[in-house]
Amino acid sequence: MATKTSSRHAESSVSPSPSESTVSESGASRKKPSLIEKSASAVTAVEMGARQREISVSEFFTKNRHLLGFDNPRKALLTCVKEAVDNSLDACEEAGILPDVTVRLETVMNGQAPVAPSQATRFRITVTDNGPGIVRQQIPRVFAKLLYGSKFHRMRMSRGQQGIGISAAGMYGQLTTGKPVKVISRTGPRAAAHYFEVQIDTKKNEPLVHENKQIEWAQPQGTEVALEVEGRYQKGRASVDEWLEQTSIANPHVRLVYHQPEGETKEYPRTYHELPASPKEIKPHPYGIEFGALLKMLQDTKSHTVASFLASDFCRVSPALAEEMCKAAKVSPQTKPRAVKHQAAETLYKTIQTTKIMAPPTNCISPIGEKAILSGLYKQIKGEFYTAVSRPPAVYRGYPFIIEAGLAFGKAPDEAAKPQQAAVPLAEGEDHGNDTEQARVIRYANRVPLLYQQSACATFKAVLSTTWRHYGVSQSRGALPAGPMVIFVHMASVWVPFTSESKEAIADYDEIQKEITLALREAGRRLGIFLRRRERAASEFRRRNIFELYIEEVVAACNRLKGGNLPTEKLKEQLHKIASTRTGGLKTDEALGKTNAGPEGLPHSIIVTAEGIEGDADLAQQAPPARASASMALQAEPIAQTKTRPKAKRGAKEAPNSRTGKSVRATKANVGQQTLFETPPTKKTTSLKGKPAQASATRKRK
Amino acid sequence: MAQAKPKKNGAVGKKLVGMADVVIAAAQRAKDPTFEIPIRALSNVSFNPRRGLIVMGEKKQSRSFFNVGMAKKFMQTMLVADALAELQQADLTTSLREIYYRTKHTIQDSHENTFDTQDESDPIIEDLEVSLVALREELHVRAENSGSIVGPVVFGDDGDRVDCAKLGKGGYSVPSIVEPEYLEIRRCTADFLLLVEKGTQWNRLSEDKFWRRYNCVLLTGNGQPPRGVRRLARRLHEEYKLPVYVLVDNDPWGYYIYSVVKQGSINLAFESQRMAIPKAKFIGLSSADPERYELPRNVGIKLNDKDITRARELLNYQWFQKPAWQQEIKRMLTSGLKYELDALANKDFQYLTKKYLPRKLKEKDWLD
Repeated sequence: MATKTSSRHAESSVSPSPSESTVSESGASRKKPSLIEKSASAVTAVEMGARQREISVSEFFTKNRHLLGFDNPRKALLTCVKEAVDNSLDACEEAGILPDVTVRLETVMNGQAPVAPSQATRFRITVTDNGPGIVRQQIPRVFAKLLYGSKFHRMRMSRGQQGIGISAAGMYGQLTTGKPVKVISRTGPRAAAHYFEVQIDTKKNEPLVHENKQIEWAQPQGTEVALEVEGRYQKGRASVDEWLEQTSIANPHVRLVYHQPEGETKEYPRTYHELPASPKEIKPHPYGIEFGALLKMLQDTKSHTVASFLASDFCRVSPALAEEMCKAAKVSPQTKPRAVKHQAAETLYKTIQTTKIMAPPTNCISPIGEKAILSGLYKQIKGEFYTAVSRPPAVYRGYPFIIEAGLAFGKAPDEAAKPQQAAVPLAEGEDHGNDTEQARVIRYANRVPLLYQQSACATFKAVLSTTWRHYGVSQSRGALPAGPMVIFVHMASVWVPFTSESKEAIADYDEIQKEITLALREAGRRLGIFLRRRERAASEFRRRNIFELYIEEVVAACNRLKGGNLPTEKLKEQLHKIASTRTGGLKTDEALGKTNAGPEGLPHSIIVTAEGIEGDADLAQQAPPARASASMALQAEPIAQTKTRPKAKRGAKEAPNSRTGKSVRATKANVGQQTLFETPPTKKTTSLKGKPAQASATRKRK
Repeated sequence: MAQAKPKKNGAVGKKLVGMADVVIAAAQRAKDPTFEIPIRALSNVSFNPRRGLIVMGEKKQSRSFFNVGMAKKFMQTMLVADALAELQQADLTTSLREIYYRTKHTIQDSHENTFDTQDESDPIIEDLEVSLVALREELHVRAENSGSIVGPVVFGDDGDRVDCAKLGKGGYSVPSIVEPEYLEIRRCTADFLLLVEKGTQWNRLSEDKFWRRYNCVLLTGNGQPPRGVRRLARRLHEEYKLPVYVLVDNDPWGYYIYSVVKQGSINLAFESQRMAIPKAKFIGLSSADPERYELPRNVGIKLNDKDITRARELLNYQWFQKPAWQQEIKRMLTSGLKYELDALANKDFQYLTKKYLPRKLKEKDWLD
């Protein structure tokens, strides 16, 4: 689906190709005839040399825009939105501001008659945030210079990595519509708001400022970017709508307002009121560095000796360890770093790789956290069972990372309880229309949804290679598990190894694959427990049911065999009596009522039944990882739901001011829900055990 | 025929009604209603070398109602019994498929059908045959007519005189029930009976009037012979002392067809004594024939994995333990090839009629 409409713009790239450049003056006049004669086969080194020249990054990407995710108009539109939103979120989080982002998508008429958004080819994308703003001098370069940014050179978890995204989006707009990027930014209520119109000089990779003025802006602080691009707006898989929805699942701390091109407004409310812990910046780990990089670092370092270079420019290298490594590499610790070259440098590199060094610190990563994932999934996806797993940090190539997985399973009870269609007797070969629907995988890297190239992604491969049948979900060979299920996988890392610059798929490192698989298995196990329990309850019921059904048939057959003069009622009664003793009688009834009960023993899970929601009462008690608990929302507030959800079943009525635990109205239905959003301030709280009724957050529903 | 009916009806009908009594009696004593059904599998059959028959063992499985795994089968058994009793009362015969349709309905207040496919009802009919010790014919269930006979034999069928010597090359279509009450053998002057696996080769022999020249009865079952064909062969063998020769393809399936004719089948072991012809001989195609009759190697077909597995199974069956048979099967496995009867046409269209069978009969070249 990624390349459906890709070729439309292939010819429109405008950059002059290097081969058209002038031939050197001296040779041009005299040799011209012979050049033509000999054609391309006889070009002298001098002539070739004359044609060789620098290619600017911008020119390169103009020609290769598919590398950045602008292969076709539909994907390009998404990429532009994505880059702008990513930038906003990164900026807000770094500045410690709870992000409030508005995305507006409008069709641009361009002098033509208005058309439906699905037919339109031009769009204006406006993304507004409440972030820290950008200082005036930097605005042109941030938005109109490729490979310019703050994130590339540091080892810290963020959505953006290279400083290509937003400028590439601007460049794409410039290529397809000729319109500049319009930026408004204000760094605070007292500062002035600046309005810029910038374009990129594709030859020099430098910004061109068209307009620069101070304006009045209603917003006290923040940035607004407006792009006009050629694109295609379509709903469904890999659409802007889907991307925003998935973003909201993984970022429950973000309030997202989305003005659709049709004129409707969707709001994804904030369900989590604490920012994720701000990830620390770390130095590179020695294992994650390549030889060339080491050489460069040796040249650039401010340290005066190799030993201090090793100790200060890398993480997890103590001065003692640095000395030891120097010794092992037969390099004097006092050597100047710049003097370590060639053979010596190579030996040093090899020594570093073979020395045992502690794994990198993991405080540079901020996972979403189990509770936040649960709340995100629960908010956006209807289902019966939710669970979330955060793996402990792991390391690939010296980069720390964390894998998180989540599952939402089943149909919402109200949907499942829909009146079954009138009983139509089944013909041979027909069945009960079992769900052949396949699970949906939603993938994230540093909280950014990945929508394209699913099958190339390590997460997807891990989902395929997990044996879901062990957990009671059917799965045919080499396919996704079947059933109404959403599988959530998130990789958080200082450096997510994407397979391409357009950040569509996570590369398949063994360590990553292993962690994903482990996380999925844990989630799968919990699902398995849930399904088995439900199955058990159902099968007891069915057992009873079977006999009741069949007794009728058997009695009728007996009656016919006996010529129709059998005391059928008596026989039925006798058989019913046997059936009831055989199936455990009243005990079973009790068991039936019980086995439907909540998710005891299932950590970080929610079960939704027709009677209500049953969160894990112990959830609050289970000490979440320190990082995660720090980032968890401590407060709950009424949440505005945009989607219609079951009212009577899920929602609790208002129970104002009862946070202190005196709420007596907290029903079974709202208990579990609240434990999710109401985390006790410290993980030591024990008073919640089994009685989370003190939690009181309410969810209003529209 | 007419006078035999009431008595027979009574016997089988009573047995069927007896099943309802089992349920009623168990219900009164608050017990789980249970039927004992003899097991129809290799584990419960044995070969009786003295009689030359496969006989059924004593092992039984119980089928009880109040057992989740069996409840549905129990219910189905009752439904089939009811349908069979209905046939008895109405004195009709029917097919397996019609029984399936007769008993199929959706259970009240549910989405569940009593039967989903015919595969569920067929085994239950066989279960009832064995547990009630009633033949399928006695249950008034017939198989498809898929067999033909031609030769100097005269039948009386529903009062019509059928002279199989005067039915052209098409012959008489063997009905599925050939018990004396339904089919009378009025006269038979043949010297032997030739049972051919394939309809095509039977046609060849019939067209060439092989039966006239060698004074024999030609019978075919189009593959694995149905019960009617086997039973008819047995009656001709028993009542008119016709030696029976079996002509099949040279492959494991051909061998097994022969063994079913001779000793009975595993699934229907309980009927062996009525069906099997322990004195039947295997006339061909033998794995020795390609060499003896100079069939070129290129008309053979490579044995596939299934063939090989099946051949190995045959080697282990008690009734294939005679040295000649072990040698026969092993020879096929060694050559790695199987041959169809049709392959004889490679030499001449009428090779089977004019050369192969005459020589076989002359040399008495057959296996026992």
